[in-house]
Amino acid sequence: MSLPPLTTLPNPIRPAFTKGLTPGSVIVNIGPSHPATHGTIQIVAEISGERVVRTDVHCGYLHRGFEKECESHTWHTLIPYVDRLNYCSALINDFAYCEAVEKLMGIELTPRCRHLRTLLAEYSRIADHLTCVAAALMEMGAMTAFLYLVTIRDYVYEHIADLTGARVTHSYGRIGGLARDLPDGWLKRLEEILDQMDTFVDRVHGLVDRNRIFIDRMRDVGVIATAEAINWGFTGPILRSTGAPRDLRKDTPYLSYGELEFEIPVGIKGDNYDRYYVRMREIDESKHMIRQLIDLLQPGPVSVDDRRCTLPDKEAVYTEIEALINHFKLIMDGPQVPAGEAYSAHEGANGELGFYLVSVGGGVPWKVHCRSPSFVHMGGVHKMLDGYQLADLVPTFGSINMIGGECDR
Amino acid sequence: MNTGGNLLDRVQASLGAQALETGMAHGILVLQIAPESLAPMVDRLKREFGFDLFLDVTATDWPQRRPRFDVVYHFYSTRDFVRVRLKTRVEEADPTVDTLVPLYGSARYMERECHEMYGIRFRDNDDLRPLLLYEGFVGHPLRKDYPKQKEQPLVPYRDVQP
Repeated sequence: MSLPPLTTLPNPIRPAFTKGLTPGSVIVNIGPSHPATHGTIQIVAEISGERVVRTDVHCGYLHRGFEKECESHTWHTLIPYVDRLNYCSALINDFAYCEAVEKLMGIELTPRCRHLRTLLAEYSRIADHLTCVAAALMEMGAMTAFLYLVTIRDYVYEHIADLTGARVTHSYGRIGGLARDLPDGWLKRLEEILDQMDTFVDRVHGLVDRNRIFIDRMRDVGVIATAEAINWGFTGPILRSTGAPRDLRKDTPYLSYGELEFEIPVGIKGDNYDRYYVRMREIDESKHMIRQLIDLLQPGPVSVDDRRCTLPDKEAVYTEIEALINHFKLIMDGPQVPAGEAYSAHEGANGELGFYLVSVGGGVPWKVHCRSPSFVHMGGVHKMLDGYQLADLVPTFGSINMIGGECDR
Repeated sequence: MNTGGNLLDRVQASLGAQALETGMAHGILVLQIAPESLAPMVDRLKREFGFDLFLDVTATDWPQRRPRFDVVYHFYSTRDFVRVRLKTRVEEADPTVDTLVPLYGSARYMERECHEMYGIRFRDNDDLRPLLLYEGFVGHPLRKDYPKQKEQPLVPYRDVQP
């Protein structure tokens, strides 16, 4: 059988409109694969001249059935899938998911694990913000700034790979702890990278902050007000760019955030420039938090001593029958999670990242639902696109940082 | 100062009578309600108690149970930093609840997802087109009776030549 001719291929979407509202307007289709947008997304736009009249945003091109797949894995073996939601800051997904399971099991983490998770979450947030700002700048032609930022991001990725074994999708969180402790010299290299980051981030500030071209593209473009942002479910840097200091790390402190000193950067009017600046300032705050956490870290175990979830030492597995059975049951049946439901939310790099879990008891979840910020943001993004120039669509979309993995799941 | 605990007490005292069941679960106030009291209760949650952020709507499928589906909502107050979960049960024969689009713009997209994944109908939401799936997809994949391995390719697969 050969493929049907292109003209008879079914259209995967049904656009909300096929005729323009104003005479002379044109309906154009942008994406799902467009060189100037990062992320696979389709925007059907009505344009009148260069002005965007209205948009209809379609996502789902990266849908992999994450939630369905989780229902046939044990609580532990689905962690690699969780990593692939927001793949720019995979560790934050790991820790948010693990915390939801730990709530159901009533597990309290060891202090070293709490501090390390906080440190790594902030480190991932830096990597995510660097990616977002770098890509947004590149799409406007700022190639040098892009290269500065991805250079430092690559140092971060390589450094996390030294710890977790993978650059992007780390699978490093474990229920009740972490996969392993820090290797020797990891913290020393961390401090070196933070110092280098200062240099590179400062260069980018110097290149673009007061750059006429940059300001013209970013200031007063894609504006959204606080009330409207809340109505459309925006959280994270987008909500903060409107001037609302709402941050789960401060408002509902989890992990070690209650012990840290940090500020919540906010914008003035919620335009693209504010979103750029909020992210850049958050990088500074994350660095500040990481430096405090390095001082807080004390030696100790990284996983709880709880036979319901933590694998026994390899040596014990080979020498004691109890440990061998424990290992076998944890791998084959999965950790036994009591029946119940839990919702746990972390401040992801893009906003509120929530996991809603339903357990009926046993080693396999009944339901794993991810409340992903990117998906909710796509529901309201038309508010920031409509009424601006067609060319503004690219920097506005870049400043929202849609991550296909967590949007489409 | 976090006054969230008091707020949840007040919500529970004030709305508990209209709920079928109330309780706290891991710091979240859970209200089990009848489908017809959903819209008026959410309206009060938003206007009286300041739950201004609509976080999420999803469903849980219990194939052995009547009514079969739980529709689960999460709300957050950006003033008091607390969350409320609303749960309502709907029958498989008529899985219909009121839409929350008039109250929260963000409900538009999330109800679309819940509709395609579980087949929950949101009354008066006029835009329930497929979102993560595609036009013409048959069935609701997150229902427990939808086989995980089932394939519905939009473009037919090519035969593999031996």
